[in-house]
Order: sequence, then C-alpha cells, then structure tokens
Amino acid sequence: MKTSHLLVVLLCGALFGFGLAASTMIRPEVVLSFLRFKDFGLLLVLGGAAAVTLIAYQLLPRLMKKPLLAENFGKHPSVMNRDTLVGAAIFGIGWGISGVCPGPAIAGLGAGNWPLLISVAGLFAGAYVQGRWFGNAN
Amino acid sequence: MATIFPTGFAHYLAGGILLGLAVSLLFAATGLIGGMSTVFTSTWSWVSKVPFFQDARFTQSRVWRVVYAAGLVLGALAFIVFFSGGATFQTSISWWQLLLGGFVAGFGARMSNGCTSGHVICGLGSLQPPSLAAVCIFLGTAIVVANVVKALGGL
Repeated sequence: MKTSHLLVVLLCGALFGFGLAASTMIRPEVVLSFLRFKDFGLLLVLGGAAAVTLIAYQLLPRLMKKPLLAENFGKHPSVMNRDTLVGAAIFGIGWGISGVCPGPAIAGLGAGNWPLLISVAGLFAGAYVQGRWFGNAN
Repeated sequence: MATIFPTGFAHYLAGGILLGLAVSLLFAATGLIGGMSTVFTSTWSWVSKVPFFQDARFTQSRVWRVVYAAGLVLGALAFIVFFSGGATFQTSISWWQLLLGGFVAGFGARMSNGCTSGHVICGLGSLQPPSLAAVCIFLGTAIVVANVVKALGGL
C-alpha cells in the first residue's frame, strides 16, 4: 500500500479515535453503565455511527466508480453460521465482564488510560487462542 | 431525557457521527472496511508461522490495520490535549475484569469475525443480516453478564 494511502488510513483512524474519546467510550465505566441501564448514551453513539456509515456505504458506490485512491470498494461479508452467532455470544460475555471492546481499548491508550493495556493484552491473547486452536482457515 | 441520559446526549451523538464519518472517509478514499477487531489477529501474522495467521486476509491487511490502530491512539490523544485540557482518565475496573474480559472478547470477536465496530457500524451499515443477528446476540449476553458481574460485587 502506498504511503499516501497509509496517511489517509492514519487520519481516518485518528478521527475514529477522536470520536471514541469525545463520546467517552474509552471509559469502560460508561459502557457498563449502559449495559446496566443507567445511561443509554451508547445507543446514540452506535446509532449515529451506523446511520452515517449506512448512508456512505449505500451511496458512495453509486456516486463514484471507484474510491479516490484505490481501484475497488471493498466488501466484508458476514456469514450466517454457527461461528458468527456463537462467537458473538462469547464476545458479548467478554464485553460485559469488562466494558472494554477492541476500538476503545486501543484508543484509550492515547488518552492515558493505561490499565487498558491489560485488556489489549487479553484481546491479543484471546484472538491468538481462537485462531491457533479453533480457527478455520477460510 | 435527564433520566436515560444523566450526563447529557450531545457528546454521545456527536462522537457517534464522528465514528461514522471516519469509517465513511476510509471507504471513500481507500474502499477499506474499517472494523477494529481483526488487528488483534492480523498483527500475529508477523510473528506466528501458524497457517491460520498466514491467511491472505491477514497478511494483506496487517499494515493498514496497524496504521489505523495507531490513528486511534493519536486521535484520542488529540482530543485529550486540545479539547479536554490534558485531563487523562484511568479506569478503576479491576485488573481481572480487564484481562478476562479482554481475553473472552478477543476470542469471541475472532470467532464471530467482528466486534462492536465491525458488526454494528460496518455490518449494519452494509445491511448484513448476519451482523444484525450478531449485534442482538452480543448486546444480550453483554447486558446479562454485566449485571451478573455487578451482583457478584464487580465494578
């Protein structure tokens, strides 16, 4: 991938991290307060993000022949199978234990939320164990 | 409104729109789908010879995924420095919750091929029924587990 591509990726990542910090999602306490029905803000975060993305994902391929810097619009199809659904259930268990999910765990480090390094280590370890011993090379 | 949004709602909505713009700009410029969980797998492809990690979907995406993750760190840093007066925040969630929760979430996200950003933002954004099912399932288990942890004395 060209350096210019990677610079754009970095900037988009930075906007994502900025949004996670602005919405306080980098605080696991806020996520847990949603899961315990104390503060429904997380629904606004996810709803706002999904709504904007829905518009972009549906409109852009109709308006532009190809992305500004690449040849094709990517797809990342989800598959309706046991792994997707059981994996989601397991993911939710982990999310409910700590209030930490992958994006906020990474972004939180930029905000000096150092204890999240423990979660980042856990996420790496969990992904390794799944891929190494249970993964399907599909 | 005060009861369901005790800290206000504007920062949640604005933050969410920024997340959507970030994923949309990434798509418009590069065509890439900006979920976050795969970086925890693709990064292993640099150090592990295990065939699973050497799959093309990981080796071909590992560079941009690490750069994207670095962007997350810089973006959160920028917010703290320029909009929050440099005030940092450390979670007081106990270490075992952070470690165990991270491990289980990492395992599940790999198995499910997506997390909160992948299935909710990108998956729902591309109108995929399996992602909608995944979102309903993980919201359900997370709500149950978070309340059980609270009842057992966790933070």
